[in-house]
Amino acid sequence: MRLSERIIEKMLVICAAIALLGIAVIAVFITKEGWPIISKIGIKAFFLGKDWTPTKGVYGIFPMIIGSIYVTIGALAIGVPIGISCAIYLAEIASPKVSAIIKPGIELLAGIPSVIYGLYGMTVIVPIIRDLFGNQGFSVLAGSIVLGIMILPTIINISKDSIEAVPKEYKEGSLALGSSHWQAIIKVILPSARSGIISSIILGMARAVGETMAVIMITGNSTMIPESILSPVRTLTGNIGIEMGYASGEHQKALFATGIVLFIFIMCLNLLAKLIPKKAGA
Amino acid sequence: MVRGKVKLILCLIVVMTLIMTACSGQSDTVETEKKILINGSTSVQPLIEELASAYKEKHPGAIIDIQSGGSGVGIKSAIEGVVDIGMSSRELKSDEKMLKEFRIATDGIAVILNPENPINDLTIEQLKKIYTGEITNWKEVGGKDATITVVTREEGSGTRGAFTELIGVEEILNSSITQGSTGGVMTAVGSDENAIGYASYGSVKNSANLKIISIDGIPCDEENIYSGAYKISRPFLMVTKEEPTGIAKDFIDFILSDEGQQIVEDNNYLKTNR
Amino acid sequence: MRKLNDIKIITSSRIKERVAFFLLWIFSIFTAIILVLIVSDIIIKGAPHISLDFLLEEPRKMGKEGGVFSVIVSTIYIVVLSIIFAAPIGVAASVYLAEYAKESTMLNIIRFGTEALAGIPSIIYGLFGYSFFVFFLDLKYSILSGALTLTLMILPTIIKTSEEAIKAVPKSYREGSLALGATKLQTIRKIIIPDAIPGILTGLILGIGRVVGESAAVLYTAGSSLGIPDSIFRPGRTLSVHLYTLASEGISIENTYATAVILIALVFIINFSANTLINRIFIARRR
Repeated sequence: MRLSERIIEKMLVICAAIALLGIAVIAVFITKEGWPIISKIGIKAFFLGKDWTPTKGVYGIFPMIIGSIYVTIGALAIGVPIGISCAIYLAEIASPKVSAIIKPGIELLAGIPSVIYGLYGMTVIVPIIRDLFGNQGFSVLAGSIVLGIMILPTIINISKDSIEAVPKEYKEGSLALGSSHWQAIIKVILPSARSGIISSIILGMARAVGETMAVIMITGNSTMIPESILSPVRTLTGNIGIEMGYASGEHQKALFATGIVLFIFIMCLNLLAKLIPKKAGA
Repeated sequence: MVRGKVKLILCLIVVMTLIMTACSGQSDTVETEKKILINGSTSVQPLIEELASAYKEKHPGAIIDIQSGGSGVGIKSAIEGVVDIGMSSRELKSDEKMLKEFRIATDGIAVILNPENPINDLTIEQLKKIYTGEITNWKEVGGKDATITVVTREEGSGTRGAFTELIGVEEILNSSITQGSTGGVMTAVGSDENAIGYASYGSVKNSANLKIISIDGIPCDEENIYSGAYKISRPFLMVTKEEPTGIAKDFIDFILSDEGQQIVEDNNYLKTNR
Repeated sequence: MRKLNDIKIITSSRIKERVAFFLLWIFSIFTAIILVLIVSDIIIKGAPHISLDFLLEEPRKMGKEGGVFSVIVSTIYIVVLSIIFAAPIGVAASVYLAEYAKESTMLNIIRFGTEALAGIPSIIYGLFGYSFFVFFLDLKYSILSGALTLTLMILPTIIKTSEEAIKAVPKSYREGSLALGATKLQTIRKIIIPDAIPGILTGLILGIGRVVGESAAVLYTAGSSLGIPDSIFRPGRTLSVHLYTLASEGISIENTYATAVILIALVFIINFSANTLINRIFIARRR
């Protein structure tokens, strides 16, 4: 009896460790494939190189890094105000009836596959931008709008949870001292929920940076450094996604190298999101 | 009560699938001779899909798996023996010549514009300058005063390789919109008045929302592609590592037969022998 | 004089509040509106093209004509296979984390692994699956490669929800069982897991939802061949990949939207089941 129990317990540990094993293997493989090219052309040339011309063996991902940054900042500019407002509203103000309508809405928004966002972006948003601004439509702006919508559920849910986690006494104390509801929110609740809200933003950022399919369909995938939000752009993820199916040899390794950059960046973001609550002493 | 039922259903699903996969795992080993794997150019792929359907009608039980990946991948996979046949939409380079190649069709690369664009012809020089970014506005070639939206395929695409080589472009301007497939280019050009793109003639020929322009005065059509007057054309190749055997050989023979070549023509590509 | 001032202060902060709340309300409604806009756009453009034929016919001409039958079948295969792999591992892992693990560095490292896995973008999964399953393990483009990759992807979701479900089982159950002489394992097997099943199921359903919606990871592992895969070693095209291909290649607008509608419908059904289950748990718990 005891022995079989022991065996099963060991197996449980192994299962739990599989996730860890998985991530280790992933990191190892991506690095194994991608590192040779980085060491071949040099870190500086890879990261700061402005030209991406695989057919000539030139692999500079700087435009893509900038592209990812622009699109992500744009996405945050749209997603954060709307998301946090929604979170505050749902947590503090909304009546149960309204909550009952909006909450399932957010969950559905979270569940919609990214190709569908891409489809919508491609068929509705890109043409609108094209008509409004007279350019080709595929742009940083299109990417930001769609990604902004995609990260809303992340920001809303996590922010809402941290707002709701603020002890009731804080709010009650503030109201007792004569503040209005809004003042209580601004001066007491939000500051207390600050770390959670910041976490949500960081996680939203990670989500935006990691999105591939939708981005490929709406940003134009140009290899130039975007000059404005109306420029077409290629993100790090788009770089991998659009050429992966066709690349071989060195070119493919360069895509894995792009993957390394992405991987490290997102890991850092995730770590950051975890550490902040600890620092703020939640 | 509910929990018991749910557990039961779960168990049933698990068991069913295990049986399914176990059985199919076995049939897989028995059938390897009747299965071939093809990958490569997305330009060639639609044609091969059509040919494969026709072939399967005559030989039920034959399994032909077709993946995309681009000419580069098709050639490399053939070299490595990972696939039975690779599809390529460009000539083999000198270091790829160890493969056996079978030319199954000729395809023109059409230069396409949006129907709203008044331009009907461009010289190769103008085309080259548009794609390198020297010419940026349609008015420089006699059109409207509007910025040209340059659409291209991605690196690794056989169509892009053939196009750039044939018109003599070293580097396509990097503000061009990159689409990952023939269809993607067609969609991009079809929805933007000021766009220009290039794609397989066979794919765009009957497209209602695209305009195919002539190059150096020569219209892009079968006659001119065949005679070579229309300069931007490339072969469709099926490449194999060794001399093909079994279904692979049979399939290629089928493609090169009259029936197969008729299908090629029906799909707006040029037969190899006229 | 004082009273006027007080009134002014109160009124101005009232106004501020009204304005602020109004803005918040607008933004929140906006979120709901976006959802409605997107979903209705897809449904309006796609529903007319859906028919029983569409669901039951094979795609022809690369998806330009015909239906999506083989695509649906491939999707089901990959979903079922992923769950078969991920469910036992995930539940086992969550049992360990919830019941056995003591606070220690080992535990923290394992938790870190799970959370790290959750944050990886799907294209990296695609890259990994491609280099590891398709090439290194020589599984080639196949349903199996896709399922193994997706298993890793949904593992964190399953572990997290299952762990919460297990932790939610009242302590009294455990204590009662142990008091009656059962071993820990027996307690887990016969008492805790059965009680946590709705929560675990919710996690599995959410995992299924994720698998169905995934495209980047699947495209580079399970391939994009059309046709019903007759074994897990054959490639297959799933709904999301099919939608991506149809859309980005402009093969057929009608079929693109029709496929999108099916995909959204699936996602809604999955979400709905998960939610109903969660509600059932609440109601049951309140008993």
